[in-house]
Amino acid sequence: MSSNADIYHEMIIDYSRNPVNYGHIENPDVTFHDSNPLCGDSIDIDMKIDDNTVSDIKFHGKGCAICMACSSVLTEITKGKSIDEVRKIDKTDVLSELGLEHLQAVRIKCALLSLKVLKSALYSYLGKHMQDSKDVDKLKEEAANLY
Amino acid sequence: MQSAQTSFENLRKDFPILTRKVRDNKTLVYLDNASTTQKPNQVIDAITDYYQNHNANIHRAVYALAEEATEAFESVRDKVAKFINIKHREEIVFVRGTTEAINLVAYAWGRDNVHEGDIVVSTEYEHHSNIVPWQLLTQEKHAKIEYIGMDDNGELILDDLDKLLDTGKVKLVAFSLMSNVLGTITDAEKIIAKCKAKGVLTLVDGAQAVPHMQVDVERLGCDFFAFSGHKMLGPTGIGVLWVRKSVLETMNPFHGGGDMIREVHKYETTWNDLPYKFEAGTPNIADVVGLGAAIDYLSKIGMDNVRQHEIELTQYAIEELSKVKGLKIYGTKDISKRGGVISFNFADVHPHDVAQIIDEEGIAVRSGHHCAQVLMERLNVAATSRASFYIYNTKSDVDALINSLNKVARLFKL
Repeated sequence: MSSNADIYHEMIIDYSRNPVNYGHIENPDVTFHDSNPLCGDSIDIDMKIDDNTVSDIKFHGKGCAICMACSSVLTEITKGKSIDEVRKIDKTDVLSELGLEHLQAVRIKCALLSLKVLKSALYSYLGKHMQDSKDVDKLKEEAANLY
Repeated sequence: MQSAQTSFENLRKDFPILTRKVRDNKTLVYLDNASTTQKPNQVIDAITDYYQNHNANIHRAVYALAEEATEAFESVRDKVAKFINIKHREEIVFVRGTTEAINLVAYAWGRDNVHEGDIVVSTEYEHHSNIVPWQLLTQEKHAKIEYIGMDDNGELILDDLDKLLDTGKVKLVAFSLMSNVLGTITDAEKIIAKCKAKGVLTLVDGAQAVPHMQVDVERLGCDFFAFSGHKMLGPTGIGVLWVRKSVLETMNPFHGGGDMIREVHKYETTWNDLPYKFEAGTPNIADVVGLGAAIDYLSKIGMDNVRQHEIELTQYAIEELSKVKGLKIYGTKDISKRGGVISFNFADVHPHDVAQIIDEEGIAVRSGHHCAQVLMERLNVAATSRASFYIYNTKSDVDALINSLNKVARLFKL
């Protein structure tokens, strides 16, 4: 079935109803905000980073079920991973987890907003803590070209 | 009004797009008319006929086609004048749409009349097109933009206007005649009277009102009035700005170029007469012709009948939507104070999810902030779903909407 409404399966509804890692972190090492100008979805991500590892991550904001479910999954994937591993997370990691590989173009930005915020957050963190700026700039590019 | 209802049903045959199937062979139920309306054959044919038989540039050449094109174009200026009751045709400027009209005023009037410390007043339920041009202007001039607030019923708080006018610094009050989100019909005559008493000019955004009710610009008494063609059965890319002659005569040009000049020399230029001074370059001739056909079509139905049809439909929709558990309708329920625009939220389901799920049933509604983020902030919501009606919508369209919402409830376990 290729019906667009099929994307509203159990997992998406559950995640959107009970988002995982939703909220704020006190004194985060990095925090980043972005929004989608066309639909008004808006996501903030806070991260705690210890020994080059994401020890805690939370998100908050407003968005549709797709946006909330993908943000939940993304934070689950990210938590406990090293910075190098987090840098390698790409859109298929998030989309495949929720069976959204064939999401229509107009909704893809809902699904990937949190990944964009995550990449931007990492860019902002690494910019402050690392010397290799050329390598870091790649992250910024990745975030900008995500969708 | 059985017969009136039936005749509105009959109009549907003029709109070929309404017969097409979408998604999984579902009949299209088009409920995004506040955004743009569908086009009847009469409008499509008028544009085709123009290109097939009369196409030429206007106002210059002496050959037959040019004469026909000029006549076709200029006759629409007279149709517009008659349609919204304007006395002087030279006060009517063709523009791309309401957005360009307001930007024209902000540029060509605002830059010479709004100075440091002055105030331009907008409202909390304005479309971005009646906020952002004023932000740009007031930032450039170190002036301020202030807002008439909205009460919980979706109506403007006119006490706010009184307080702002009392400062003596207000240069312009800009407001829409009908909210594109809540459908609230603004008490324009009261606002304009208050402004006139203080010598303050008024700009009325008629984009939502002109397609849906009889508008009488002369009686309104505002100084600037704007509307778009594509929200009233006409083509995209054409709209109207009307400016009171005594004001228009004082304004500098917006765009420079051909057609807006009288004489051009190396170091000086004199301007063409009104309204051509404000219509630089080759205008959107074919779509002006299309707008003329749309005006003819609506005039034949009669704007009071259009309004009556939408009152009946909106009343029915509000009644039916109110029965849906967990559904919240924004704005007044007093049908005499609202047009056929209904914004709603369904429990905690995000409007994008609502819109996508009901799209599978062929229902086209809008979801998002509707270019009214100031209003979304005031309502304390990120977005709403919005159904908006026009002449070709029927009660069965409302029933289809209600049915499709059941699917949302089922999927989200409401």
